[in-house]
Amino acid sequence: MLKMDPVQKQLLQEVAELHDIPEGAYNLRANGQSVGRNTTANIDIQSKTDVSGIDIRIKDGTKNESVHIPVVLSESGLKETVYNDFYIGDGCDVLIVAGCGIDNCGTQDSEHDGVHRFFVGKNSKVRYVEKHYGSGDGSGKRILDPVTEVYIDEGSTVEMEMVQIKGVDSTHRTTLGELKKDAKLVVRERLMTHGEQNAFSTYKITLNGDGSSADVVSRSVARDNSYQKLDLCVLGNAACSGHTECDSIIMDNGRILAVPSLEANSVDAALVHEAAIGKIAGEQLIKLMTLGLTEAEAEEQIITGFLK
Amino acid sequence: MLELKNLTFSAEDGGKAEIIRNIDLVLPEDRFIVITGPNGGGKSTLAKLIAGIEQPTSGRIIFNGEDITGRSITERARMGIGFAFQQPVRFKGLTVLDLLRIAAGKTLSVSEACEYLSEVGLCAKDYIKREVNSSLSGGELKRIEIATILARDVSLAVFDEPEAGIDLWSFTNLIRIFEKMRSHEGGRTVVVISHQERILNIADEIIVLTDGAVTARGSRDEIMPQIIGSKYAENICPKID
Repeated sequence: MLKMDPVQKQLLQEVAELHDIPEGAYNLRANGQSVGRNTTANIDIQSKTDVSGIDIRIKDGTKNESVHIPVVLSESGLKETVYNDFYIGDGCDVLIVAGCGIDNCGTQDSEHDGVHRFFVGKNSKVRYVEKHYGSGDGSGKRILDPVTEVYIDEGSTVEMEMVQIKGVDSTHRTTLGELKKDAKLVVRERLMTHGEQNAFSTYKITLNGDGSSADVVSRSVARDNSYQKLDLCVLGNAACSGHTECDSIIMDNGRILAVPSLEANSVDAALVHEAAIGKIAGEQLIKLMTLGLTEAEAEEQIITGFLK
Repeated sequence: MLELKNLTFSAEDGGKAEIIRNIDLVLPEDRFIVITGPNGGGKSTLAKLIAGIEQPTSGRIIFNGEDITGRSITERARMGIGFAFQQPVRFKGLTVLDLLRIAAGKTLSVSEACEYLSEVGLCAKDYIKREVNSSLSGGELKRIEIATILARDVSLAVFDEPEAGIDLWSFTNLIRIFEKMRSHEGGRTVVVISHQERILNIADEIIVLTDGAVTARGSRDEIMPQIIGSKYAENICPKID
């Protein structure tokens, strides 16, 4: 059943750090089709009947289990929108790994738009890892426009790690979150653009419950002639705490527009935003050069560390 | 061995200012040398010229018989010159272990990295995974800076005002680190830029730099009586003696 060519396996390795079939529940999608699926006693995966996509249902009390749903595209000119809904029960502790790798050696644009919605129950803990990667030397573009919506019920924590380091020509990332009482959302976004790439990343996190909190940190690097717009907004409608941070390095002719914003609709909302954009500090390069690195090696070390 | 031959450095700052003037110096192996002198006397510039961070206007720098005047910072580092910054640099994302590994130029095991940290009085398990960012205090950064020099196999180590920006407690530890370094020289030349009496007191040799020129040079016993109590040999705090 599971047949993947070397290019697809390479993409799978990049986006899900998988060499082969993962443990636990998974759904692997390659070139628009499901090529493998496994469910467990606690985690069910069903294909949607109205649109392309899957429903993932995780039973109450599921602990220390994982779901992998990587997508790989190696066919030039393929465009798809996939709707994946995650229903996570109460008292869970799970890891969800998604991600998309596109290899485009052709002349037509390839595009994958994943719309992920998370409905998290009470007192659960979810860690979500999403990696996007592009490769291939064709003139066709590699486009990823993911939408992530997360609805967090009372007392639950969601940690999201969103990484897009290489090869994606154009991306519009939208992340929406709504949090109830004592819910917590932690987002760590890592973005690197190069060549002529454009990346737009928008966050709108709404803190509706007392005791809810959000910490959204985006670290990004724009190299060559690439452009990024980072729009991070936190709304506080209760006695909540929110923090957004855009921290960016620009190189070559890279350009970045960072728009961290806050909206407090309750006198008890405590919200903070920070933004910094700059080139690599000369003294950082000099320091690493005095340790024996060349300027190029020093630059690479600084960026790798920054995006780690 | 490091030789400075007729070294001059001018900075273009409005007018042309000569910061280092015709310095001739030989810094032999296996010595602990402290360079002191008034602020603005050219001490830090001299250290940067040795490390290759600044280029001299004229003159030559000879290291172990080789003319390194035109060599880059990287080349000099690879030849065995170490430089500890007056203001250690912070890095977002790079950990203490990353920095020590870069310094060592190899994949350092955690226990090897720990040895360097414990030499500078830091408990490795608390620090090894810490980012070298603003969460570290000035004293901690300074000690990590010194640990990166220890992790490198250098034959010439230059420390630019290691006492700058640290608290008294860290200062007394710093003296201990230098005393230890002095007793384990093993062919290494250590050059410390400082006007702290406690550091001058452990020098084999003291050089006084005033207005970009060497105005006095000799053993500790010769020079200390001339400068003690002056701005060139300050006591950081009378209470800690």
